[in-house]
Amino acid sequence: MKLKTLASALTLALGTLASASATQPPVKIGFITDLSGVYSAVDGPGGVAAIKMAISDFGGSVLGRKIELVSFDHQNKADLAAGKAKEYLSQDGVNMLIGGTNSATALAMEPIAAQYKTPFFVVGAGASSIVGKQCTPYTVMYAYNTTALARGTASAVIKNGGKSWYFLTADYAFGKSLEDEAAKVVKADGGSVVGQVLAPLGASDFSSYLLQAQASKAQVLGLANAGGDADNAIKQANQFGLTKTMKLAGLLLFITDIHSVGLPAAQGLYLTTPWYWNQNAQSRAWAERYFKEMHAMPTFLQAGDYSATMTYLKAVKAAGTTDGAKVMAELHKTKVNDMYMKDGTLRPSGLMIHDMYLEQVKTPAESKEPWDYYKLVQTIPGNDAFGPASAYGCPLDK
Amino acid sequence: MAELFGFPLPLLLGQLMLGLVNGAFYAMLSLGLAVIFGLMDVVNFAHGAFFMMGAMFTWMGGQYLHLNFWWMLLFAPLLVGLFGIGVERVALRRLRGIDPIYGLLLTFGLTLLIEGVFRSFYGVAGAPYNPPELLSATLNLGFMFLPSYYLFAVAASLLISIGTWLLIERTKLGAYLRAGTENPALIQAFGVNFPRMVMLTFGFGSALAGLAGVLAAPVIQVSPLMGSNLVIVVFAIVVIGGMGSVLGAIVSGLALGLIEGLAKVLFPPISSTVVFILMALVLTLRPAGLFGKEK
Repeated sequence: MKLKTLASALTLALGTLASASATQPPVKIGFITDLSGVYSAVDGPGGVAAIKMAISDFGGSVLGRKIELVSFDHQNKADLAAGKAKEYLSQDGVNMLIGGTNSATALAMEPIAAQYKTPFFVVGAGASSIVGKQCTPYTVMYAYNTTALARGTASAVIKNGGKSWYFLTADYAFGKSLEDEAAKVVKADGGSVVGQVLAPLGASDFSSYLLQAQASKAQVLGLANAGGDADNAIKQANQFGLTKTMKLAGLLLFITDIHSVGLPAAQGLYLTTPWYWNQNAQSRAWAERYFKEMHAMPTFLQAGDYSATMTYLKAVKAAGTTDGAKVMAELHKTKVNDMYMKDGTLRPSGLMIHDMYLEQVKTPAESKEPWDYYKLVQTIPGNDAFGPASAYGCPLDK
Repeated sequence: MAELFGFPLPLLLGQLMLGLVNGAFYAMLSLGLAVIFGLMDVVNFAHGAFFMMGAMFTWMGGQYLHLNFWWMLLFAPLLVGLFGIGVERVALRRLRGIDPIYGLLLTFGLTLLIEGVFRSFYGVAGAPYNPPELLSATLNLGFMFLPSYYLFAVAASLLISIGTWLLIERTKLGAYLRAGTENPALIQAFGVNFPRMVMLTFGFGSALAGLAGVLAAPVIQVSPLMGSNLVIVVFAIVVIGGMGSVLGAIVSGLALGLIEGLAKVLFPPISSTVVFILMALVLTLRPAGLFGKEK
C-alpha cells in the first residue's frame, strides 16, 4: 500500500513539474529587419539563420525555458517596424528585440523598447544618433555605427591623397548621418567637401547622380549608402567611366557587396568593418558553418546577429532572469569575448566598444579562394574608432 | 570648361543623353498604351506589370534556362503577348460596351495580382541583369562615358516605335485598326473578324510593354515593383500626347525624357514632378492632349 502511495505521490509530483515547465513561457527573441528589400542580402534571411544557429548552439533553452524566435519584414518602413515592435512587446511577450538594417526603423523602435523596459540590440542599423541624444538605458548598439565607419574609411582615403570629396547619399537618417560623420573627418584632416547629392533608398539607376558627381571635379566620390544601393552605384560608376577620374570610397561595404560587384570593379576600395569571416580561426569555423546553410559568407551583420543573441542569452543565464533592467545590468558589467569581438565593453549610452578593422579589397590576383576579398590594413582600437563619449551627447554617458 | 547658361556643357549633354534613354523607354511604353486605348477604350493599368514581366522573364531565362539576352529579346515579348491575349480572351472581352472604369479596375487588380505573385517568389529586392557581352563596352562620347548598351536600347526602341507607327498609319492592317477605332460595327459588316483583331491588338500592346521590359532589364535593376514605379509617369505621358494617339505617345515620350534630363541640371528637385506639371498644363490648355483629336 505504501509503495502505491509513494508511486502516486511521485507521479503527481512529476506531473506538476512537467506541467510547470509546460506553462513556463518561452524566452522570446524578436527580430525586425528588412527581409525582402534593398538591405535583405546583408542581413535579412541570413540574419534569421544566424540567430537560429545561436539559439541551437545555446542548447535551445535558458533558465529551463524554451527559446523562441519571431521575425518580421519591416520593408524599410519605420511605421511598420514601430507597430510590430509594440505588438511584440505588449502582446506577444517578447523578451528581447534585435533591430536589423535601416536606421529609420531602429530609431522608431528604440523608444518603444525603452517604454517596455526590454533590451534592444541594434545590429543592422548604423546611425550614431541611436546612442546619441536619443539614447536609452535599454539600447545596445552592438556591431558598428556611422562614426566608426567614417573615422576608419575617410581618414584612410585622405591619407592616400583623396582631399576633395563629393557625396552620394542615401536620402534618410542613416545616409545623412554617415555623410555628416565623414564630412567631419574630411574637414578635420584638411580635406574639403565639394558637394553632395541625395538619392532615394533603392534607386536602381544612379547614372544622373553620377554625372553630377563627375561634373564636380572632386577627387573622391564618397558613397554614403549601403547594400544594393552601394552595389549599383559602384557598378555604374565603372560603367560610366567615373572611376577613370575619381576614386570611390564606400563608407559602408559588406562582403556580399564585394561579391556581387566583383573584384575587378571593387579592388583597392578601403572599408571599415568590425568583423571579417577570415580574421581568425574562431571566426572562420563559424563562417564555414554558416556558409553550409546559406551558401554565402556571412556579413558582419549576420555574424553580429549570432553574437548578439549569444551575448543576450549568456546575460539572461548569469542574471537568472529575463527582467530587462537586470539583464542590462549584467550586460554592463561583463566583457564580451567570442568569435565576433574581443573585450567588448558597453558604454552607459549602450554603445558597444570593440576594435574595428580597416581593410582593403584585394586585387583579383591577390585573391586565393572564393570570398577571399579583404586584406587587413590596420586594427583601430575601439575607443579611437568610436570616438569619445562626449561627441555623442547621450545624457547617460555623463 | 565650356558652359551653357552657366551650367557645365558636359553635364548638360550627359543628362540630356540619359534623358533620351529614359525617353525611349517612355515612348515604347506609352505607345503600347496608346494602341490599346485607341482601339479598345481600355485604360490598361496592367501595362507596368507587363513591362515588369518582360524584364523578369529575361532574368529568369538567363537564370534557369541559360538563355542569353538575344533569345529573351525574342521569347519574353512573345510570352507577355500571349499572356495579354489570355487576359483579353478570359476577362477584358466581357467588359466591352460598359463603363471604361471597369476595365481600369480589372487591370489594376490584375497588376496587384501579378506583382504579388512575383513578390512572393522573389521579394522586392530585385536582381542585377548584366548587358550582353557584345554591348558591355563603355563608349567615350567626348562629353561623357556611356555604356554602349544604352545606345543600343535607344536605337532599338526608336526603331520599334517608328515601325509600329508605320504599321498603323501606312498598312492595310493599320487601316482596319483605325477604322475599327471609329466604327467597329461597320468594319464587321465588311467581313473583318473584329473580336479577333481586338484580341491580337491587346496582345501586341502587351508584347510592346514586355519588349520594353527586356530592353530595360540591363539598365534598371530587375524587380517585381519596377513597373509600378514607371507606369504612373507613362500614363501622364499618354495624357500629354493625347489618349490613343500613336504619334503623340512617341513624341511626348521622347520629349519628356529629355525635359526630365534638363530639369536634373537646371533645378534637380523638380525633375521627378516636371512630367505631372506639364500634364496639368496640357489638360488645362488642350484637354485632348497635344496630338489628340477632340471627340
